[in-house]
Amino acid sequence: MIVGVGCGSRDNAERAYGPAVAADAGLHPVRIHAPASLTGLRGSVRDPNGQPTEVPCATCHAGRTFPLPSSPAELGGPHAGMRFRHGTNVCASCHDPASAERLRLADGRVIPVSDAMALCSQCHGPQARDYAHGAHGGMSGHWDLRRGGRVRNHCVDCHDPHDPAFPSFVPMPPPLDAPRRAPAGRGQTGAH
Amino acid sequence: MLGATLGAAAFARAMAPLAELTESTSVAEFMQKHYRELSRDEMHKVLRRLEGETERRYGREVTIRDVRPTPGVQFAYALNLSVCIGCRQCAEACHQENNHDRATHNSYIRVLEMENGSNDMERGRTDYDHAVPAPGKFYMPVQCQQCENPPCTKVCPVEATWQEPDGIVVVDYNWCIGCRYCEAACPYHARRFNWERPVVPADEINPDQAYLSNRIRPQGVVEKCTFCLHRTREGRLPACLEACPTGARVFGNVLDPDSDIRWVLENKRVFVLKEELGTQPRFFYFFDV
Ligand code: HEC
Ligand code: HEC
Ligand code: HEC
Ligand code: HEC
Repeated sequence: MIVGVGCGSRDNAERAYGPAVAADAGLHPVRIHAPASLTGLRGSVRDPNGQPTEVPCATCHAGRTFPLPSSPAELGGPHAGMRFRHGTNVCASCHDPASAERLRLADGRVIPVSDAMALCSQCHGPQARDYAHGAHGGMSGHWDLRRGGRVRNHCVDCHDPHDPAFPSFVPMPPPLDAPRRAPAGRGQTGAH
Repeated sequence: MLGATLGAAAFARAMAPLAELTESTSVAEFMQKHYRELSRDEMHKVLRRLEGETERRYGREVTIRDVRPTPGVQFAYALNLSVCIGCRQCAEACHQENNHDRATHNSYIRVLEMENGSNDMERGRTDYDHAVPAPGKFYMPVQCQQCENPPCTKVCPVEATWQEPDGIVVVDYNWCIGCRYCEAACPYHARRFNWERPVVPADEINPDQAYLSNRIRPQGVVEKCTFCLHRTREGRLPACLEACPTGARVFGNVLDPDSDIRWVLENKRVFVLKEELGTQPRFFYFFDV
C-alpha cells in the first residue's frame, strides 16, 4: 500500500473533514440557477450586443389580468402557439387565475412564478427528493463545499413546465478508435 | 524494492519499441526517478521541465501541478441510468478537459447503447449515430471504475500504475514502458494506449494540468480516467459530471456521511459492472424505481 507523500498534515484533514459537516461549518453556498423564463419573455428586439432582450412579465401583466384559458389553443398575444403536454393538468393546476405573475399550489397558497420549484416538487416528490440529494438535476462547481460553492440547475432549465418531457438530442460523435461489435482493429472507425 | 526495479524499468524502456528514446528522450527524463520516490524538490524540477517541453512542442504555456490526495477522502461516482440519454457530452468534455488527441477523438468515456432489459456491457454498441434516446434502448457510459481491487495495477511489470489513497488508479506516464498488459487486464476496457504523440492545437489545450492526470501524454504510454484528479482533489466536480445535460452523475467523498454520493449508495439500488470478477469498482450504476 502506497501512502501519498506530503499530502497535508492531520490538521488539514481535520479542517477539511471535521466532525461538523453541518451547514453552519462555514460552507460555501449552493445556489439554484434562476432561469430567465421565470421572470420574462425573450423579445424579438436585440440589444447592442446582438443578444435578445428580455421583456419582464410585469411589463404587460402588472395590474392587468386576462382570463386564464381552458386550453392552450385559446391563448393568444405573445404567447400564441404554446405547446401543452403535461399529464392531466389544466392551466389552473399551476397558475393563479387572479394573476399571471403568480402560481398556485394545491393547498391554495399563491407563490411568485420565480418559486416554481416548490410547485413542481409538490407533484413530483421522488424527483424533488432526489434533487435535494444531488441525484437528479445535475450541478456544477464543487463537490466539497468547504472549498467552493455549487450551482444547481432549476427544474425548468431542463423541463418546459408546459411540455416537460426531456428533449431528444443529436449525440456528439463517438471516439474513432473504439469500435465495439465491429471487427476489432486499430484505426477502424466506429462511425458510419 | 523500487531501487531494484529501476534498472529493469530502464532496460524495459530501452527495449520498448515505441518509446521515443532516439528522437527526444533527454538524459534527465531517462533518469527520472519513479513518481513515488521523488522528493518535493525533485518533483518541482520535473514539473518545470515538463512544462517547458509542452511549451516547446505545443506552443502553449501550461501549469503542471502535483496534486496530492486529501486524507479522509475516498472518491466514488454513481450514474443514474434512468436519466442518461446517451448524448456523449460527458465523453466530449473528457476529450477536451484531458487534452486527448484530436484526430482519434479519444476520450476516457465510452457510452454504450444497450437493449432495454440487457445488462451485459459486452453487447453494448458505441457507434450509434442517431437522435437519442432511441426507443427500446438505454445508455451506459463506462469509464475507469477505479476498482478497489484493480486487476490492471497488478500486471504492471514496472509499477508504473497504482492505486492512490483516495482510490484513484493512476499511471506515471514517465515510468510506463507501454507493454499494455494493464490494458488487456482491464475488464472494463478503460485504458487507452497512445499510439502516437497526441496532437492538440495550442488554443485547444487545457492548460490546467497535473502530473498524474491530464498533462499531454508522451507517445507509447497507457492512459486512463483519473476522475479528473486535478479538479477533484481540489474539491471541484469532474468535467464529465458538469457537462452532463441530464444530471445523471453523482460524485463525492463516501467517507462524508452527509454527501450526495453516500445518499445515493444508501438509498438507491446501486449495482456495479461485472461484479462476479471481484474488482470492487467505486463506480456505481442505478435506475430510479
Ligand atoms: C409582451 C407582453 C407580455 C409579456 C412580456 C408576458 N405576457 Fe403573459 N400575456 C400577455 C397577453 C396579451 C395575454 C393574453 C393573451 C390572450 O388571452 O389571448 C397574456 C396571458 C398570460 C397568461 C394567461 C392569462 C392570465 O392572465 O393568467 C399567463 C398565465 C401569462 N400570460 C403569464 C405570463 C408570464 C409568467 C410572463 C413572464 C414569463 C408573461 N406572461 C409575459 C402578454 C404578455
Ligand atoms: C405544471 C404547471 C403548469 C401548468 C399546468 C401550466 N403552466 Fe403555464 N407556466 C408554468 C410555469 C412554472 C411558468 C413559468 C415560465 C416558464 O418557466 O416557462 C409558466 C408560464 C406560463 C406563461 C408565460 C410564458 C411561457 O410560455 O412561459 C404562459 C402564457 C402560461 N404559462 C400559460 C399557461 C396556460 C395557458 C396553461 C394551460 C394550458 C398553463 N400555462 C399551464 C407552469 C404551468
Ligand atoms: C399539479 C400536479 C403537477 C405539477 C404542479 C407539476 N406536474 Fe409534472 N406531471 C404531472 C402529471 C400528472 C404528469 C404525468 C405523469 C404520467 O404521465 O404518468 C407529469 C409529468 C411530468 C414529467 C414527465 C413528462 C414525460 O412525458 O416524460 C416531467 C418531466 C414533469 N412532469 C416535470 C414537472 C415540472 C418541471 C414541474 C414544475 C414546473 C411540474 N412537472 C409540475 C403533474 C404535475
Ligand atoms: C439537468 C436537467 C434536469 C433537471 C434540472 C431536472 N430534471 Fe427532471 N429529468 C431530467 C431527465 C434527463 C429526465 C429523464 C427523461 C427521460 O426519461 O427521457 C428527467 C425526468 C423527470 C421526471 C419524469 C420521471 C419519470 O419517471 O418519467 C420528472 C417528474 C422530473 N424529471 C421532475 C423534475 C423536477 C421536479 C425537477 C426539479 C426539482 C427536475 N426534474 C429537474 C433532467 C432534469
